[in-house]
Amino acid sequence: MSEPADTRHAADAPRTAARASPTRQAWRRFWQNRAAVVSAVLLAGLGLGVLVGPALSAYAPDAFVGGQFEPPSWRHWAGTDVHGRDLLTRVLVGARLSLVVGAVGTAVSLVLGVLWGALAGYVGGRVDAWMMRTVDGLYAMPTLVFVIVVVTVLNGLVEQWEGAGGTAVPAVWIRTAGLLLGIAAVSWLTMARIVRGEVLSLRTRPFVEASRALGAGTARIVLRHILPNVSGVVIVYLALTVPTVMLYESFLSFLGLGLQPPQASLGSLIAEGATQINPIRVYWWMIVAPAGTLVTLLLALNFVADGLRDAFDPRARHPGA
Amino acid sequence: MVPLLLGISLAAFALIRLAPGGPFDRERQVPPEIERQLNAKYHLDQPVWRQYLIYLGGLTRGDLGPSMRYRNHTVNDILAAGLPVSLTIGLLAFGLAVGLGVPLGFVTAIRRGRWPDQWGSLAALTAICVPTFVAGPVLVMVLGVKLRWFPVALWGSPWHLVLPVVTLGLYFAGRVARLMREGMLKTLPAEFIVTARAKGLSEGRIFWRHAFRLGVLPVVSYAGPLLADLLTGSFVVENLFQLPGLGVFMVNSSLNRDYTMVVGLVLLYAVMLLVLNLIVDVAYVWLDPRVRHE
Repeated sequence: MSEPADTRHAADAPRTAARASPTRQAWRRFWQNRAAVVSAVLLAGLGLGVLVGPALSAYAPDAFVGGQFEPPSWRHWAGTDVHGRDLLTRVLVGARLSLVVGAVGTAVSLVLGVLWGALAGYVGGRVDAWMMRTVDGLYAMPTLVFVIVVVTVLNGLVEQWEGAGGTAVPAVWIRTAGLLLGIAAVSWLTMARIVRGEVLSLRTRPFVEASRALGAGTARIVLRHILPNVSGVVIVYLALTVPTVMLYESFLSFLGLGLQPPQASLGSLIAEGATQINPIRVYWWMIVAPAGTLVTLLLALNFVADGLRDAFDPRARHPGA
Repeated sequence: MVPLLLGISLAAFALIRLAPGGPFDRERQVPPEIERQLNAKYHLDQPVWRQYLIYLGGLTRGDLGPSMRYRNHTVNDILAAGLPVSLTIGLLAFGLAVGLGVPLGFVTAIRRGRWPDQWGSLAALTAICVPTFVAGPVLVMVLGVKLRWFPVALWGSPWHLVLPVVTLGLYFAGRVARLMREGMLKTLPAEFIVTARAKGLSEGRIFWRHAFRLGVLPVVSYAGPLLADLLTGSFVVENLFQLPGLGVFMVNSSLNRDYTMVVGLVLLYAVMLLVLNLIVDVAYVWLDPRVRHE
């Protein structure tokens, strides 16, 4: 990540040329945080696992390959489910979906949230008021109802298309897109608020006024001078968005609003496990495998997010001093 | 507040109408005459703006309209029946979240970097990584089915409350603890704390009388939305433990296109949120002298 030279003129940036840029210093601090680095490595490993794991597995995620409710064994490392499907393969496929949803939701929150917030904060006045009231309005909706409605609207559209003779794209993809859109629609709101707050305080700084005086246009000022200065906050908040979005996806799938069976997601696998709880026999692996994976993923993501925050947020840096 | 609520009701009304399908889709096929009469009874034959005005008319008399899914029940009835359950669970879970989270956050902040902080922060982080739909089934499996300490479902004795409240409260205890720690860490380096130290006040007095008041502010501002969420019921907990609360309606009414029910619930949530945020603002003024002098 390269820092434009202009940020050097910010009032609180170090002026000596010998010191590394603030961003580079922050990354150095991040790599010194043991918990965060271990989590980052773990995440990379898990990412690799969900990418190549299903291909290496001897079983297809939807194939009926064993007996019903087999406990974990050498043949099926995480046991089998109600239809005798290999649970480990299903968990890996589900985790892959969760990670993809997390990444896409976060990307939307990055692009839409940052641009929306930066524009509102920089232009100010009526535009700002109008844009932020929109955000407030979306906030006041119970998130769940909002997401459910978006998802069902999109699913309804899919059904209409299917009824009209089908499309080139498989319906499963469109459904996934509907789920993604529904989640994305709520995930950018906080980002917009945070970025706007930062931009509001940045736009009156001398270095911004200086470049305006030199004749720079709005787009140039926002993109070249203001956004690089909010990058620290944005990185921190992005890292926090990934687990939040993954939670939404799992939750919606738990409710049965996510993907349709036989497709698996961590949330729907946990829901399947929860329906099998009964007083006679406990199929613990049906809960432990997907839930353990989800919790591990979330923990690792949160450790990385905390590490990034400690490294990038100047106010969080030396609190105990 | 009234214009805001009007806006929210309009938005909810419009949003749920955008969803394809109607409240009577899942019924068995009825003759067209009956369908026409059904639509007429619920004013669904009128233009949408007209329906909204009719709804508003009822609203001014405190009438949230008839439920379109649960025949012969008004939305008021259903809310009145479910709210006590959701309020009880929600308040207890809130108590657990604050009672556990605030002390944990406080201790981890004042012992920063030492073992109480390391273990306490890990506990708080773990709590926020275990969503209710994971904690619930696991608790049921271990404490309910395996050890048989607590009943696993339904509503009756105080024992029935334990598992739902713990399931719901633990996650939020983690969030509260993290907010509390952050608030304290932001407050402790402040100049008025240095001054208090220079005056020779005891550490305990500094922490409790001076730092706590400001350190708890992030928790206070989070408490508003949190309480509004908890009091309107949790779908996961009510579904898992078969409780007759409102959280189940929150999800099912949107799925069933029970238009009046959705708008009624959204309004209930919005009113709670607004009132609680008002209380939060008042608490802010009381806790933070800087706000008072502005």
